[in-house]
Amino acid sequence: MTEGRVRPVVTAPAAVLSTVGAEVDPTSPEVVQLAADLVATMRVSPGCVGLAAPQVGVGVQVFAVDVTGHPKAVTTHGAFVLCNAKIVEASRWKAGREGCMSVPDLTGDVKRAGRVMVEAVAPGTGEPVTLSTDAFEARALQHEIDHCAGKLFLDRVAGAHAIYQRRVYL
Amino acid sequence: MHELAITVIGPDRTGIVADVAEALAEVGANLTDSTMTRLRGHFAMTLICTGAGVEAASLALEPLDGVTTTVREVSQADAATNGEPWVVSVHGADRLGIVAAVARVVAAEGGNITDLSTRLTGTLYVLIAEIDLPAGASEELAERLAVAGAELGVEVTLRPAESELL
Repeated sequence: MTEGRVRPVVTAPAAVLSTVGAEVDPTSPEVVQLAADLVATMRVSPGCVGLAAPQVGVGVQVFAVDVTGHPKAVTTHGAFVLCNAKIVEASRWKAGREGCMSVPDLTGDVKRAGRVMVEAVAPGTGEPVTLSTDAFEARALQHEIDHCAGKLFLDRVAGAHAIYQRRVYL
Repeated sequence: MHELAITVIGPDRTGIVADVAEALAEVGANLTDSTMTRLRGHFAMTLICTGAGVEAASLALEPLDGVTTTVREVSQADAATNGEPWVVSVHGADRLGIVAAVARVVAAEGGNITDLSTRLTGTLYVLIAEIDLPAGASEELAERLAVAGAELGVEVTLRPAESELL
């Protein structure tokens, strides 16, 4: 098992966040290390339920998700990393509030599918993965797949009054 | 019928809306449409009232503590909108002229900005505009916005506004 290292998270307006990520060879040692690093970085970031490679400055299609225990989650698959992921089915669209470690001061209302099917490959083995999920895990997947395509939630907010200053709890 | 257009601006504190609404109610000014927000800690409110004259409303608002108010009479405007609703998102490194350049491109395509908010947080500048766009103009606007965005070094997205009627 590759040990993950915590990497610094980049914030907007970093160019890498707005660049379409390249597809990767999931079996390459760099990608396996990146996958472990994404999980390690996600783990040390409070409230973080997903982290994509562009957020640690690497413009490729790899991301980690873990919504375990989140109150809005229904179906959960624990912690996992996917490469070259694509949404192949999306339905039950619903608006919800989203934040992002790369846009730390704002949140926004974004419409996402409440049910998705995602096709991807697993880091390390390169085996194809098909994952069906719903609710918060589906939202997290769409948010991370957007990152891999160079999109932020800011590109999808519902309207002029759908962005909010993140509350600072002192 | 004439309406009053009123603005109230000042450092935010608890009770400004209550003070304004109370002062206007006392002179018989009826609030119709209004919007209020905080911009970097400044209280900012714009409202349309009926039922009172400029003088009465001005006098009522004058004693309010710590706010600057303006009152003017306006003739009733046509609230109807033309065109299709779209949303423009812009984000990138802050620099002078982002709003000017984007708004000019939207206007040149006949797009009317109906709602706008901008935020500066750190070095990140975010603009979200809702626009009414003539039918069939979206493709050209998207192209022109992409050009303007590239010149400004910012990301621009144009997409249809979602409206759900229940």
